[in-house]
Amino acid sequence: MESFGELSPPVLQVSQLNRLLRELIENEQLLQNIWIAGEISNFTRATSGHLYFTLKDQSASLKCAIWKGNAMRLRMNLRDGMSVEAHGAVSIYEARGECQLIVDSLRLAGEGALFQEFLRRKALLESEGLFDLSRKRLLPPAPARIGVVTSPSGAALQDILNTLTRRYPLVEVILSPTSVQGENAPREIIAALRRLTHGNTPDVIILARGGGSLEDLWAFNDEGVVRAVSDSPVPIVTGIGHETDFTLCDFTADLRAPTPTAAAELVSPDIADLRIQLTSQAESLSLIMDAFLERQEELLSSHFSLLMRESPRARIENDSQRLDELISRWQAACRHTDQIRTAEFHNLSGRLGSLNPASVLKRGYAVIRAEDGSSIRSTRQVAKGQQLEIEVTDGTFGAQVNATPLNH
Amino acid sequence: MTKKETPQIESLTYEQAFTELEKVVSALEDGQANLDESVELFQRGQALAKRCADLLEQARLKVTVLEQDARANGEIGD
Repeated sequence: MESFGELSPPVLQVSQLNRLLRELIENEQLLQNIWIAGEISNFTRATSGHLYFTLKDQSASLKCAIWKGNAMRLRMNLRDGMSVEAHGAVSIYEARGECQLIVDSLRLAGEGALFQEFLRRKALLESEGLFDLSRKRLLPPAPARIGVVTSPSGAALQDILNTLTRRYPLVEVILSPTSVQGENAPREIIAALRRLTHGNTPDVIILARGGGSLEDLWAFNDEGVVRAVSDSPVPIVTGIGHETDFTLCDFTADLRAPTPTAAAELVSPDIADLRIQLTSQAESLSLIMDAFLERQEELLSSHFSLLMRESPRARIENDSQRLDELISRWQAACRHTDQIRTAEFHNLSGRLGSLNPASVLKRGYAVIRAEDGSSIRSTRQVAKGQQLEIEVTDGTFGAQVNATPLNH
Repeated sequence: MTKKETPQIESLTYEQAFTELEKVVSALEDGQANLDESVELFQRGQALAKRCADLLEQARLKVTVLEQDARANGEIGD
């Protein structure tokens, strides 16, 4: 044996071998990011919080471990007999030289295939533009009627009703019940949506389901359901599963909420906010009206003074002043006229005086009258022998024509 | 907000009443309305605010359940 000493391989301690194996395996990329399908057996939950089990198929088994941190993120309860697909990294437990899979996530068997189908459908519908942001509609700020499409017996409905009662009890909820899981679910969901959007249409629709596995939520990845959501004449908010779950309905909905409760919050204003808004509007109303009235009063008073300046009363006062002026001018004019009249009167009476027959008679003239009293101005009025009366300044006497009158 | 259509306040939903209230407030704010119109707007606004307040006060969630009869293909809901 010794003669072969230099040619023979080195002798390793067991621990050295196990470390070497571990290093070899952990350096192999293929083994560090791998999905393994199998059935769970010998499941144990250690007090440390780590989970241990064996994955088996018909002819082989593999030890698996899930460290505490990842164990807490699991969304399902593991139990023996469950068919799963485990993702993780292959390693060697050096103490025993046992190969084991350090699992970081786990899904039910078939979910992998489902997920591939999910991606295929997503790509198809996306290419048709069903997920375009431009198709998303705004939600009504304060809907009067909210349609709810969900299971009548599910926790999702209770969450929604509780949330709306608390936040926005003004609303009428129209529940269009449907199953949300199983073979018939897609057809029922489509029918439930259609019932809501015929006749008395709500202002917004919540499409909801509580949490579950990818398979549980599968109805919401159904192409027909996605198209029905996309075609809805009313905005739709989805609240399907938990925060981390995404369905194709979420992508095409007008808004995706992480949970049913969140969906109810997104479609409803908070009554406390409404009260604040209302108070503020009512106050604005009064303030504006007060300001308006104040402004009107100011306008009125300024117009009133304008009016007073322009009023007939001012004109009357003005006119009466002018009238006074006219009157005094008229009176002045009258006085002037009087003086002229008086002068004229004196003049006239002088002239009249000179025309008075009495004063003519005084100057030695006489008036001759016929017996009928008519005054004689022409030879043609008298004849020989006619009796006449002659008036002089101090009396009358009779006379007789003694010759035949001659004309000049 | 034309004056011709002044729907019965009692039939307005909260959103309708509140939206109209906002319009009334901004119409008043505009200051274009004459005194009569302003008084009318103000009274309408007060009535709308009261309608809103009443609705908030009396609000109780109402739930209607549509008949689920997906298999009977005629059912379209009411």
